[in-house]
Amino acid sequence: MELKTFRGGLHPPDNKKWSDKKAIEVCPLAEGDELVIHLSQHIGAPAEACVKKGDLVKKGQVIGTPKGFVSVPIHASTSGEVIAVEPRIASAGTMLPAVVIKADGEDAWDEGLVGGDPDTMTPDEIKDKIKDAGIVGMGGATFPTHVKLSPPEDKKIEYLILNGVECEPYLTADDRLMLEDPESIVEGILILKKVLGVDKAIIGIEANKPDAIETMTNACAGKGVEVGALKVQYPQGAEKQLIFALTGREVPSGGLPMDCGVVVQNVGTAAAVNDAVRKGIPLIERIATVSGAAIAEPKNLKIKIGQPLSKLVEFCGGIKGDLGKVIQGGPMMGMAAVSLDVPATRGTSGVLLFAEDQVLKEPEGPCVRCGNCVRACPAFIMPTEIATMARNSMFDEAEKLNAMDCIECGCCTYICPARIPLIQSLRQAKGAILAKRRKV
Amino acid sequence: MEKTLYLSSSPHVHEGGTTAQAMRAVIIALLPCVGVWFFSFGLQSIIVMLLCILGCVGSEAVCQKMMGKPITIADGSAAMTGILLAFNIPPNSAWWMALLGGIVAVVLGKQVFGGLGYNSFNPALIGRTVLLISFPVQMTTWVMPRTHEITSATPLSEVKMAVGLHGAIPDELKSQLGSVLMGGFGGQLGVISGFALILGGGYLLYRKIITWHIPASFIGSAFVLGTVLWLVDSSKYPSPVFHLFTGGLLLGAFFMATDWVTTPLTPKGMLIFGTGCGVLTILIRIFGGYPEGVAFSILLMNAATPIIDRFTVPKKFGLVPEKG
Repeated sequence: MELKTFRGGLHPPDNKKWSDKKAIEVCPLAEGDELVIHLSQHIGAPAEACVKKGDLVKKGQVIGTPKGFVSVPIHASTSGEVIAVEPRIASAGTMLPAVVIKADGEDAWDEGLVGGDPDTMTPDEIKDKIKDAGIVGMGGATFPTHVKLSPPEDKKIEYLILNGVECEPYLTADDRLMLEDPESIVEGILILKKVLGVDKAIIGIEANKPDAIETMTNACAGKGVEVGALKVQYPQGAEKQLIFALTGREVPSGGLPMDCGVVVQNVGTAAAVNDAVRKGIPLIERIATVSGAAIAEPKNLKIKIGQPLSKLVEFCGGIKGDLGKVIQGGPMMGMAAVSLDVPATRGTSGVLLFAEDQVLKEPEGPCVRCGNCVRACPAFIMPTEIATMARNSMFDEAEKLNAMDCIECGCCTYICPARIPLIQSLRQAKGAILAKRRKV
Repeated sequence: MEKTLYLSSSPHVHEGGTTAQAMRAVIIALLPCVGVWFFSFGLQSIIVMLLCILGCVGSEAVCQKMMGKPITIADGSAAMTGILLAFNIPPNSAWWMALLGGIVAVVLGKQVFGGLGYNSFNPALIGRTVLLISFPVQMTTWVMPRTHEITSATPLSEVKMAVGLHGAIPDELKSQLGSVLMGGFGGQLGVISGFALILGGGYLLYRKIITWHIPASFIGSAFVLGTVLWLVDSSKYPSPVFHLFTGGLLLGAFFMATDWVTTPLTPKGMLIFGTGCGVLTILIRIFGGYPEGVAFSILLMNAATPIIDRFTVPKKFGLVPEKG
């Protein structure tokens, strides 16, 4: 079978073998454990705390209410006592508002959570359930799902695409979910199809996950959901590239997938939607891969939002050797964490512990104009040219060179022989251009 | 106190290559040619090569020292320039010519622009060109391969002179040109060096240091234009095969026109660049004042590189034509 793909990109070693055969295990939570639940774990306005120090909360209870449409509520991941509502350290080292819960060990559910029957609910009722459950994109971008499911009237959606690509090296969380709980994903897809009113749904999976392709194909049989096998090529799972690979459509520059009639959701999001709508379960847990050369035993874990990374690491046998870097997410797009004391969030698709000798330390040299970045760029822009402009604070020129079309996949930087942190400069350019646009 | 972790922008992994590695790969790719050079011209040619390298590496170090910059001679780029320069001057060159060429290549061709990555022109070709216009006689008089003694004009200059004097290639010379491929002419190594160059070029392609675009368009366009002219009048114009295996065409196509710094960034730009090189080479060889045009054509296209880059900006993803 011919595998579908996009143009550009590259093929980093996938390093999935460390964890792809490991069944999902529940990361334990003991009485007295502290959960730090940040109020901003999604793209959009942070939620506002609605509990105070000393309150007793149940698992699944709302502890932060959304502010505005592009925002979601935040829930308690377990039952216990609120011991603080204060800024706590987040992954990037900044202090962000958080609710700290001391687990009572009961892990008792909030009894007010009720599910519904999606067959009898209206699309708006389903969307409300999804919003109330705090569902966000589980691939790591954490964009509120209900917003993605609410395209304006004039945008006709024809395709629902499910992202099961997991093109980031090391990560196997989506892979395991597809293998272990395909029914939840398929049920979730059917709910999403109903909300969007689309006939066509395709699950995109990279060919390096043949078991997942087979499992999902079987689970989808007769349900009106297709499985599309994709070439192993990074960033196959980037939204625009995935849409192109599966439908041949290009999302217009500066536009959203809905502008070409497509909505993309991660397979993990589909499963979360199923739980939210049928059972009323909010997004308080997720699956994360813990891997890297500095972890004793790589695993796929079901973690509670707010658990410190150190707990996850402990459950995986602890640190092995000389730890150099901790990454939340994948190695291509994930963010380095300041310490293992930061909590897991709704976007924690992986926790990678890189050994000291895995940390990139090669000094940066001058651009030798090899053109590797230009050939690898899946957005067809010229990273080195834009980076040069950005470094000289020539942001108007950077904008003319299509800096805003950068999807920050990291291909250019991965392939650069001069080791120039191109992405860093591109992000800088994008930030400056956005700031300027806001001012105008 | 727990150890401080590294914090840096993504991506956190790298393909592994470095600029220095790429330079080393080019030097490795040139080794078969160095072997052929030694086999054909003897120890003297290797000494000339070492002098070229000394001129390049030494002046790079001196320049960087003077400018208070870190000394980067270990990256191999100056050494590579030295080897390429050696292939661009007669193997029996005087010691001072080799040294001077190396110094000119790095100082005027590279360091005055700011060093690696900032030069507009191929440094080795700057060295060659300065020597060629300063010492034209020495630069076009090469030793016969494997004899180490008799000096002779290169086949390209023989043809140029003959056509200039008689308006056609004399039959006598034409019959001799057949032996060009076997390396029977001054400075002419024929298919042996051609094979070594193609081997080296193949290695660079395999290592993905270069792409096929420039060599293919360079050789292809030279071959096509050579064929057209030869078909028009074979008494005046030598055959396309002669063009391919004489002078520096293969060396230029695989090693000089593929220099990263001085050539376009995009595949489309590279095709334009290579085609320009091929066409200009043949035009200069046949209609120009100098017998060989590879160096000039590459330098001219180097000058055109910024404008090629400007007109070959890739069409960004998602540039969907407006409907209606």
